[in-house]
Amino acid sequence: MALVSLRNVGKTYRSLQGDDYVAVEDFNIEIEAGEFFCLLGTSGCGKTTVLTMLAGFEQPTTGRIEIDGRIIEAPGADRGVVFQGDDSLYEWLTAVENIEFGLRMRGIERKERRDRALHYLELVGLKGQENKHPSELSGGMKQRIQIARVLANEPRMLLMDEPFAALDAQTRLSMQSELLKIQASTNKSVLFITHDIDEAVTLADRIGVMRAGPASSIKGIVDVDLAQDERERTNDRFLDIYKTVYGMIREEVGIAMSRQEKAAGQGA
Amino acid sequence: MSKAISLRRQGTVKSAGAPGWNPLSISRGYGGYLIGFASLFVIWHLAAVYLVGSALFPPPGQVLAKAGVLIWSGVLLEHIAVSLRRILIGFFLGSLAGIPIGLAMGSFPAVRKILEPYTEFFRFIPAVAMITVAVIWFGIGEESKIFLIIYTTIFIVILNTAAGVGAIAKNKTRAARSLGASSFQVFRYVALPATVPYILTGMRLAMANSFVTIVAAELVAANEGLGKMLWDSRLYMLVDDIFVALVSLGLLGFVIDRLFRWAIFAFAGRYSPVA
Ligand SMILES: Nc1ncnc2c1ncn2[C@@H]1O[C@H](COP(=O)(O)OP(=O)(O)O)[C@@H](O)[C@H]1O
Ligand SMILES: [Mg+2]
Repeated sequence: MALVSLRNVGKTYRSLQGDDYVAVEDFNIEIEAGEFFCLLGTSGCGKTTVLTMLAGFEQPTTGRIEIDGRIIEAPGADRGVVFQGDDSLYEWLTAVENIEFGLRMRGIERKERRDRALHYLELVGLKGQENKHPSELSGGMKQRIQIARVLANEPRMLLMDEPFAALDAQTRLSMQSELLKIQASTNKSVLFITHDIDEAVTLADRIGVMRAGPASSIKGIVDVDLAQDERERTNDRFLDIYKTVYGMIREEVGIAMSRQEKAAGQGA
Repeated sequence: MSKAISLRRQGTVKSAGAPGWNPLSISRGYGGYLIGFASLFVIWHLAAVYLVGSALFPPPGQVLAKAGVLIWSGVLLEHIAVSLRRILIGFFLGSLAGIPIGLAMGSFPAVRKILEPYTEFFRFIPAVAMITVAVIWFGIGEESKIFLIIYTTIFIVILNTAAGVGAIAKNKTRAARSLGASSFQVFRYVALPATVPYILTGMRLAMANSFVTIVAAELVAANEGLGKMLWDSRLYMLVDDIFVALVSLGLLGFVIDRLFRWAIFAFAGRYSPVA
């Protein structure tokens, strides 16, 4: 049985003007234990919406979301979330205090949690930065703190919302390979959100391509059957998969644009 | 750990502020204040002696001499102590009540809805307008003054605290929840520390307003205090005494406000530039 399943999930937001916006409709995916699943889609299509429900921050309007066969009702330490942007870090805490936050909340004794936090700080390549505050760290370093904070809490599953989107290309590359290493050694399940096709093909076991919103759902799922050393732009098999995914995304961009034109035409 | 860092930082700031003529070090340290205050007294002196030249506008030297006399006799310090005591008691009681109320209003929409009519209503009745009822209810002694300072403080602290809670990024509380924090832990370890800079800023504003209130209250009805000193001096045309009281108010306010700014920076300045 899959670790996580989303069945016929829908989410309708009520806007401040009072009318309804259907962000996601009839959304179906399953994620296996130990799998690296990428959710790919154009900006605004509803990726964060899906993650928010899986994390338990919000309830779906329709459908069921289950982990281990149990319906998700609230956030829990079994699902660690790496947020889009850096506003989830605690500016009043140092790097290491941020990383040990979850352990502290769960009553783990001071010495042990500090040791574990330092271990993960080192794992994400921030050794020596433990006493700095978030405001003293670069964007890439803050993302690493977020990742270490989640890893230190040892969740079953990582939910990552465009964690590398704001990074420069070089930092992103090194973070991607670090993440792959960490995932291989800990064998955690990952739901990784991105709008970058290249990133999805580099990281994923499977890619779920989302349709353009509103009422977004899964357009198709692409298996990324590549060995680690094949995951490079120069590799032919990598390029084949890239092209397949690119075709799907381009179709969705086309649909979104014609919808926009239609809406603009109606408005005029 | 973080304390050590902040101490070290103050150390560097202090050494940068050592007397010297580097304009940068002046702008960052105490040298600038020294020049500022010195020029204030020079301009005051020039204006009093050469521009106005009237007994109704004494120069700083004369006021300083009078201040010396009043300090020596104990009168000035007595007035200052009385006013300061009223401010501090009312201010701390008002903050003590205002902070938890503000936290509750910011955290729970139901509490906000119930209490908002109070805060929105009384916010527009200034403390000086309440002097009359305060005196009728509590007399001209300490109680009416402390009541007025509490009144001055509490609404400003409530509004700032509640605004601080409202300004917490949603992802901060969500992160805590998915790291395993309970609702109480989210409140204690996220909402509270994230709100501290706002609380301190509210208290700082409230302190400034407390000076307005206390002087007004003591002018109208009191037996002691800087406001009373101002009133009596006017009655007997003791212009020097009036100026001593005014300068005392300015200095007192300045020192207390510096203490607040220092507290805000030491406690929260590193991550929240509200000060
Ligand atoms: N809290 C909300 N209230 C109303 N509309 C929302 C809310 N969150 C997201 N939306 C809308 O839902 C759609 C999908 O948003 P989101 O899931 O954030 O997209 P993505 O993460 O793919 O960029 C967008 O059109 C967005 O405006
Ligand atoms: Mg998003």
